[in-house]
Amino acid sequence: MFKLNEIKKSFLTSIWFMFLTFPIMVIKVNTITDTVEWRWKNLAYVGIGAFILSFVWRWALDRRAKGGKAKKDKTGFNDTILSRTSQLKLPAIIGLGLLVVFLPFFSGMYTTSIVTTALMYVILGLGLNVVVGLGGLLHLGYAAFYAVGAYTYALLHYHFGISFWVALPLGALFSAVLGLLIGFPVLRLRGDYLAIVTLAFGEITRLVLENWNDFSFGPSGIANIARPGIAGVKMKLPQATIFIYFIAIAMVILTIFIVNRLENSRVGRAWEAMREDEIASQSMGIDITKTKLLAFSIGAVWAGFVGVLFAAKTTFINPASFTVWESITVLCVVVIGGMGSIPGVIVGALVFTLLPELLRSVSEYRMLVFGIALVIMMIFRPGGLIQKTRKSYKFKEEGDGK
Amino acid sequence: MELDFFFQLLMSGLTRGSIYALIALGYTMVYGIVKLINFAHGEIYMIGAFTALIVSGVLSMYGMNPVFIFLIAITAAIIYSAAYGVTLEKIAYAPLRKAPRLSALISAIGMSMFLQNYVLLAQTSDFLPFPELLPEFGFLDSVKSIISTNQFLILVTTAVVMVLLTLFIKFSRTGKAMRATSQDRDMAQLVGININKVISITFVIGSSLAAIGGVLISSHIGQINFYIGFIAGIKAFVAAVLGGIGSIPGAVLGSFVLGITESFGTGYISSDYEDAFAFVILIVILIFKPSGLLGRKVSEKV
Repeated sequence: MFKLNEIKKSFLTSIWFMFLTFPIMVIKVNTITDTVEWRWKNLAYVGIGAFILSFVWRWALDRRAKGGKAKKDKTGFNDTILSRTSQLKLPAIIGLGLLVVFLPFFSGMYTTSIVTTALMYVILGLGLNVVVGLGGLLHLGYAAFYAVGAYTYALLHYHFGISFWVALPLGALFSAVLGLLIGFPVLRLRGDYLAIVTLAFGEITRLVLENWNDFSFGPSGIANIARPGIAGVKMKLPQATIFIYFIAIAMVILTIFIVNRLENSRVGRAWEAMREDEIASQSMGIDITKTKLLAFSIGAVWAGFVGVLFAAKTTFINPASFTVWESITVLCVVVIGGMGSIPGVIVGALVFTLLPELLRSVSEYRMLVFGIALVIMMIFRPGGLIQKTRKSYKFKEEGDGK
Repeated sequence: MELDFFFQLLMSGLTRGSIYALIALGYTMVYGIVKLINFAHGEIYMIGAFTALIVSGVLSMYGMNPVFIFLIAITAAIIYSAAYGVTLEKIAYAPLRKAPRLSALISAIGMSMFLQNYVLLAQTSDFLPFPELLPEFGFLDSVKSIISTNQFLILVTTAVVMVLLTLFIKFSRTGKAMRATSQDRDMAQLVGININKVISITFVIGSSLAAIGGVLISSHIGQINFYIGFIAGIKAFVAAVLGGIGSIPGAVLGSFVLGITESFGTGYISSDYEDAFAFVILIVILIFKPSGLLGRKVSEKV
């Protein structure tokens, strides 16, 4: 394996990276005291790291090139795995259900709170999955809908003292209306144009929230938003945290149920057809305008729900929570998990929110790691962690005896 | 006085437009050839500015002539940005050439996150003051209130770069190869054009332009941090889309439209919404011209 040629290649890569990272990794200019710090150690790390990683990289790319062919030969293998998972399904669901129900009682408030956040990302991911995964519309302004939900509750609560349960449908409604408003002008746009325009809409929403002080209290945000309650029972913080956790669980279950039904419905199949080919689907009688607008507004509904929940959970919101990076994070959840696949999106959301918590000790590096993980993921497993399996019908020959 | 204010805004709009144009050209050229939004392009611009800052910081310890330092710093910035651009393409985009568009976009977003945090960790998250290296030009004294030395420099440099780039793409062999590749990659390959080389050259040119823009604007504004690339990148991307992505004159036109709108918007309407003007004009133009100002209308096949 370690041929001379390979070593030479890695050596050259290593030199190249040492050159590349030299100014930024090694030199640090202190502009106040006018001194220069030379960190030669970093150069050695980069050199050694690049030398080793370049072997791994080439090996992995090589494997990828071969792997594509190998998989095709073994289609039978996949079937057995699938049938085995369906046998395991029921016990797995029961186990998971028990864990979910009892989690807040034996773990601390901190864990409960983080898992709630993860669940919120599950809902956001599933909502965006409708737009991106099923509809194939690249949406980079999803945080705007999320913001609309949060601000709906915060403002209505501030001015009229409206309760969480009333705000929940209202937040979703306003969000869906914004979805339609955004949907109309961008109907004619495709692909990258659509991406940048949705990004623009998201940023405009955030800038308005940030600057329209009379309406949204500007960058200082809104505080003292009420936590949800039932029938006037006042709850202390620990109970409220657990309560919100269960609301999130209920919403996740509802979302999964609805999205799953949508996927196989008439409109779900229309979305998939639109994703594959807009013109062809139009010629098959699908109303593209209606289908697109539905995708935008149904996707927005979930963001609206989560927005209200988010405002109720943190009791404080400001525009800084709804930047482009928030939209990008949700998009990454969908893509890393597996576009169009419901279990994939759930796994993606959990990975994206829980992993950083586990890696808290090295939290400085986590964005760095996430960045590179996205790249590696796209190169080596573009379908996401759990790839979508499409519904297929097998032709059985008659007289096969089965 | 009114008129003075108007001209000030016009000049600052043109300056912004020039910088956007320098960055947007990188987006549009890459898009034209590999049909990919290079989301990490803004980071290349930021790395250019940082390299210049570091190099000039080191050199000024030795008491060199500031103008020399500036020239060396900008050269270093160009070299390093180009090197980063090419490496970026080899690592994050080349393995994805046959993959769906969304994969490449996510990969680019990943690279953008990576590069931002790389600079953040290796350097600092604070704003660093960018050294003032160039002396004031004497002949601009009479119009000082309207145009500063840096602005003048930006306008002149951009104009020169644009002319050179146009000549390069129109008349050089590589330029022709680039145009051929952007029209039809498979066909270009069939007639013997080395696609990988063309793509690398595109990244080199785009990144170098971004580096020039990065150094010029940093010395105009006077400070940089690891995040400058993201915002500038998004704006330049908006400019490229505005003009019709993939079209070089479109990117330049879009950038100037954007720069001037922003400058007049902040001057006459409200400075709070500085960033929103870019997005509003983008949406307005795309509603009426869905493929941008100078974009080609592509007829689609099923």
